Amino acid sequence: MRHHLILRVITKLLVGTIFLFAFYVQFHGDYSPGGGFQAGVIMAAGFIIYGLVFTLDKAQQVFPPWLVHKLIALGVLIYAATGIYSLFAGYAYLDYAALAPHHPEHGQHYGILIVELGVGITVTAVMVAVYYAFASRAPILSDEDW
Amino acid sequence: MLTVIALAVVRTRSLFAVVTLSGVFSLVSALLFVTMDAVDVAFTEAAVGAGISTVLMLGTLALTARSERSSSRSSFVPLLAVLVTGAALVYGTLDMPSFGQSDAPAQIHVGPDYLERIPHEIGVPNAVTAILASYRGYDTLGETAVVFAAGIGVLMLISGLRTRRRKEEDDPDTGGSA
Repeated sequence: MRHHLILRVITKLLVGTIFLFAFYVQFHGDYSPGGGFQAGVIMAAGFIIYGLVFTLDKAQQVFPPWLVHKLIALGVLIYAATGIYSLFAGYAYLDYAALAPHHPEHGQHYGILIVELGVGITVTAVMVAVYYAFASRAPILSDEDW
Repeated sequence: MLTVIALAVVRTRSLFAVVTLSGVFSLVSALLFVTMDAVDVAFTEAAVGAGISTVLMLGTLALTARSERSSSRSSFVPLLAVLVTGAALVYGTLDMPSFGQSDAPAQIHVGPDYLERIPHEIGVPNAVTAILASYRGYDTLGETAVVFAAGIGVLMLISGLRTRRRKEEDDPDTGGSA
């Protein structure tokens, strides 16, 4: 892809916007459509498009595989830990009112944000990991092959 | 329109075109979800169906052949199975309420209850997020665990871990017999 100037320039412009949009979908999920699952996929799409245009190695420098593998587990842990925290605070498992005992509504807000963050991290990491797994097996194609 | 695209997918032999067409299929069904006011579902369909899975299919395509081999076996039995299943599915939809009907089960069962509770119990404008993350918190935790398990499964099957070990042995042609 070295000589595809247009692709490279457009990708450079787009990747930032994609990440920004992913964060918007992630943290604005309470107010507009979207949430952790969608944001995770969009975020992963950002990394994947970067990997497609600037080769896999460049993408892995930015987001190394060992980190991806750790993040897969981290997301689920964040989610489960929220529930365990509310258990220790004397509430039912995953009852977000525990996060702000004096103002249960705010607790729900925080809870949803944290939980969605966990979902987003896991989904991003799984998608990127699957992409790495596929892409690292494929031989590098010359452009004529397509 | 979905039918036309599906037929095109079946008829086309070039796998590259098939992958692209299935992306188009996802995008059109995302539009269908938007007409049904299921914006969150449409969002997911557009991102996952049209985006990620198309890319992953292309990645798989790079590992295999570019065009489908024509099969020599008779297509009668598969056709019969498809027709019977299709007829059963169509028969099943006959009982479904028509589009936008106000007394459909979706509108009168737990839906109104949630919509009434959410503003003062959760205070989040997007009801889908409130139900997904709060009332159905266990389910979503389960879903996340499923995504986690799927990711681990894929990594176990085709990750770079084994390739890395093979590279250390400095002999890429030895088949992975372990």
